[in-house]
Amino acid sequence: MSGWRAGGGWAIDRARPLSFIFDDREVSGFEGDTVASALLAGGASTIARSFKYHRRRGFWGAGTEEPSGIADVCGAQHRPNVQMTVEPARAGMELRSINGNPSAERDRLSFIDHFSRFIPAAFYYKTFMFPDWHLFEPRIRAMAGLGRLDPEARGYATLEPINLHCDVLVIGAGPAGLWEAMIAAEKGRTVVLCDDQRKVGGSLLFRNANIDGEEARAWVAQMLARLRSMGVEVLTGTTAFGRYEHGVTGLAQVQDDGRALRLWRVRSLETVLATGAIERGLPFANNDLPGVMSAEAGLHYLVRYGVAAGQRVIVATNNGSAYETAATLAAAGAEVTLLDMRGGGEEPRDAFRVLAGQRIEAALGRKRVEAVRLATGERLDADTVLVSGGHTPTVHLYCQAQGKLRFEETIQAFVPGGEVAGLRVVGAAAGQYSLRDLLPGITVEVPVEAGGIVAAWPKPGAKGRIWLDLQNDVTAKDVELAARENFISVEHLKRYTTLGMANDQGKTSNLPGLALLAQLTGRGIERTGTTTYRPPFVPVPLATFAGMRGGQLMNPLRRLPLEPEHRSDGALFREYGGWLRPAWYGKGGEHAQAQREALAARNTVGLFDGSPLGKIEVIGPDAAKFLDFIYYNTMSTLKPGRCRYGLMLTESGAVYDDGVLVRLDEDRFVVSCSSSHVQGVDQLLEEWRQDSFDRSRVFIHDATAQFATLTVSGPKSRDLLNAVGLDVALDDEKLPHMGLCWGRFGAEQVRVTRISFTGDRSYELTIRADRATMLWRALKETGRAFDAVLVGSEALMILRAEKGYIVIGKDTDGRTRPMDLGMTAPLAKKRAEYLGRRSLRLRGATDQARDLVGLESLTATPLPAGAHVIAAGVEGRRSIGFVTTSHFSPNLGRPIAMALVKGGARRTGEMVQLYHLGLSLQARIAPLCAYDPEGERLHA
Amino acid sequence: MQLFTCPFCGPRPETEFHFGGDAGNLRPSGDISAVVWSNYLYFRNNSRGITREIWMHLACREVFLMERDTVSHEVVMTETLLPEVEA
Repeated sequence: MSGWRAGGGWAIDRARPLSFIFDDREVSGFEGDTVASALLAGGASTIARSFKYHRRRGFWGAGTEEPSGIADVCGAQHRPNVQMTVEPARAGMELRSINGNPSAERDRLSFIDHFSRFIPAAFYYKTFMFPDWHLFEPRIRAMAGLGRLDPEARGYATLEPINLHCDVLVIGAGPAGLWEAMIAAEKGRTVVLCDDQRKVGGSLLFRNANIDGEEARAWVAQMLARLRSMGVEVLTGTTAFGRYEHGVTGLAQVQDDGRALRLWRVRSLETVLATGAIERGLPFANNDLPGVMSAEAGLHYLVRYGVAAGQRVIVATNNGSAYETAATLAAAGAEVTLLDMRGGGEEPRDAFRVLAGQRIEAALGRKRVEAVRLATGERLDADTVLVSGGHTPTVHLYCQAQGKLRFEETIQAFVPGGEVAGLRVVGAAAGQYSLRDLLPGITVEVPVEAGGIVAAWPKPGAKGRIWLDLQNDVTAKDVELAARENFISVEHLKRYTTLGMANDQGKTSNLPGLALLAQLTGRGIERTGTTTYRPPFVPVPLATFAGMRGGQLMNPLRRLPLEPEHRSDGALFREYGGWLRPAWYGKGGEHAQAQREALAARNTVGLFDGSPLGKIEVIGPDAAKFLDFIYYNTMSTLKPGRCRYGLMLTESGAVYDDGVLVRLDEDRFVVSCSSSHVQGVDQLLEEWRQDSFDRSRVFIHDATAQFATLTVSGPKSRDLLNAVGLDVALDDEKLPHMGLCWGRFGAEQVRVTRISFTGDRSYELTIRADRATMLWRALKETGRAFDAVLVGSEALMILRAEKGYIVIGKDTDGRTRPMDLGMTAPLAKKRAEYLGRRSLRLRGATDQARDLVGLESLTATPLPAGAHVIAAGVEGRRSIGFVTTSHFSPNLGRPIAMALVKGGARRTGEMVQLYHLGLSLQARIAPLCAYDPEGERLHA
Repeated sequence: MQLFTCPFCGPRPETEFHFGGDAGNLRPSGDISAVVWSNYLYFRNNSRGITREIWMHLACREVFLMERDTVSHEVVMTETLLPEVEA
């Protein structure tokens, strides 16, 4: 116990106490606290365990730089791996620490630290090689990782992303950012200002200053009010996580409840980075003990939340910024000793003791820091050590935009070293730490000036365990090991030691690590360089990017105009190629209903809603020539008023789509492509139209959604249509198979085509989508006298399979050619050029070809779809194809199947071996068409 | 997200566009060798620096020529392929 609630704390409301659960204990705090500040105020010390060695970890920071203070929010609003330093405390929330089992305080795996000598960096690359890494992998993975995911919970509520254009985007609402936003707004520019904290102010949230005669917080409030009055959009809780091409910055916003996420894509003419700087630690042994904290964080907790980090506090620094922490803590009543590595210069203070020229060699203590040992050997008791090793400018976005860094000796850090178009870096992010210099022409009084800094990097060969990366358990010795083994590129160092990996990406650890590497290699820090900065700056929940795209909106379904009709007829709906369609009608299960529908449709008449079928119109004097090029089959010889089945190929010769082409007129066609391919075919047509044809002589128009297509199929189909009355003669002379005529239903024109996907006499009625309901009802009502049956997609699949009619993508794959389906005539005879033609004569494709054939099961059970057809050869068993379609045929009373089989067309009647999930069975190769091979039913 | 300029509609986000391949990869015609055909089908320039490409703006369905830098992602220029505009 060492943290305590002192006086002050401008952000908390002491009149509104709250409590929440952390691990197994109740924590109390106030409205305005973060989880971290409430925990610290209650004296919490160990709040997590480290990733690898399960060492005790306390809070290091007070913002997004925090490497250790991560926890899972539990319960229905589960969110994994939240940073407690930025997560607001809410009454009743439940948090679970990471890597601790059962809790951070008592962790069963803490013994691992005793073996740390045997498991240094990269140990598992070397240790678990025999006999096989995969043997060890599951257990190591189970031990690794941070939070635990609860797959059931729905912790995030997402909002739609917002695209925003502005003149100036200012990132970071500290003093520099507020100032830049003000200047831009005064010039009349549209300005967006964002900050990852829930309040604006940046360092002025906790630093003491008097600006323009106002206390720091009051000045910030005035600036904010002025910015808002000038129309500046101020986004708090909003982290700029990535900088992308063409001036786009990605912002991830978390609403105040912590759950609702929003992605902002901001395009700005100019982007100003006022992202501040992050404090580094100091290298001494056991500097990872709970109670060792950033000096700036110590000030932050005290000023903003009224929480003092300790009672007997040592402040250790290599620069002047920590003096403010020491002074403020002393004023709050803590006993403070300041160790200044710089030696001399600083005057002794009344409120706290200053030991100049002193540095810590080791922190001592078991569960938390209890004392420090100085380089002189002297021991000083303390319950808290606040350290400052200088500040590292936050240059992530600048580097993501390909900005180049240079090492600035005067602040011992990398700063932006060159221009990046459209991007400006200001304030601490540019290494400019003095508030006076940031706010020109304004009186600024600060309690302490930062002053100079001396280098305080980890030294090679130092004694004890000096921690660099608190999140990934990387010590100075690990860096030395990597250098010894020649991993001397910073990128290699990172992968070999895990320095700067995981969710903090080395915000506090990278620079000390590479400074040590620079000493080990003698290259200097600038030449050693940094690892590549990549988005995101902080972990962004994937739900942010998903936005509203989830559930039904993930891939919105296309819906039939007759959907309400089908629902009232008891249809069960399924998705077919993006369309929500009736799978079958009535209760009783898929198999029974599909069998019933398929049987009845062949005996009487079946009604099927085929509205999703493509209806892409190709219009113009060159339409016929164009379609000759698009289709494998010759289409220009088709007479007006007739239909023809054909295939479309890709340029590589694979069958892309099949369907019927209807010629309405000399220069007007309708491409009736597969329902799932409408967009693809439409685009393909448009591309070739513009690529190879006179675009003033051929036009493409997709009218699929404008029309409904109702299919009437079966021996009684003509009788039914005659009874309904379409005001047109339906005798076979005038309307033969593959013919077209125009009828009427009431005032509406109906396109009647005799096209069959069932093998029975069939009529497709195409009518305006908004007038289809009346026609469908008439078909159903009049159909009663003919025992008409509603046919769902499952029954239609059976009917077409009985005939050996193919479904592209099911009975074909990406290398099925038309010849493999038995369609060889165009290849032999067609003169005109067409898509994919040359590919059909490539030898490699022929060698790998598989023919689509029928398969007969030897039993009464249908063959498993997807089963491999196998052949025994010198290399053992090999797959030579697979079952594409398999059903029980109610009209044949036996199973039927189709399969792609290498050389299958020449093997009709032969037996083949099938293999499926450990099961071996036999089948006989048969003709594709199992039902009515003579095709007499088309005219019956 | 990159910004491409459709010659007809102006600057639009990249998600509205469909890549149509290298410019100048003309479809070979006549009695051609398997090598020439395979080059047309499968070989891409994939060059570093300025490239000329065909893109389609899915909103207006027009294909056009775009010159862009594959290193910096800068769009150098876009140009319609309409013959009447070229003339």
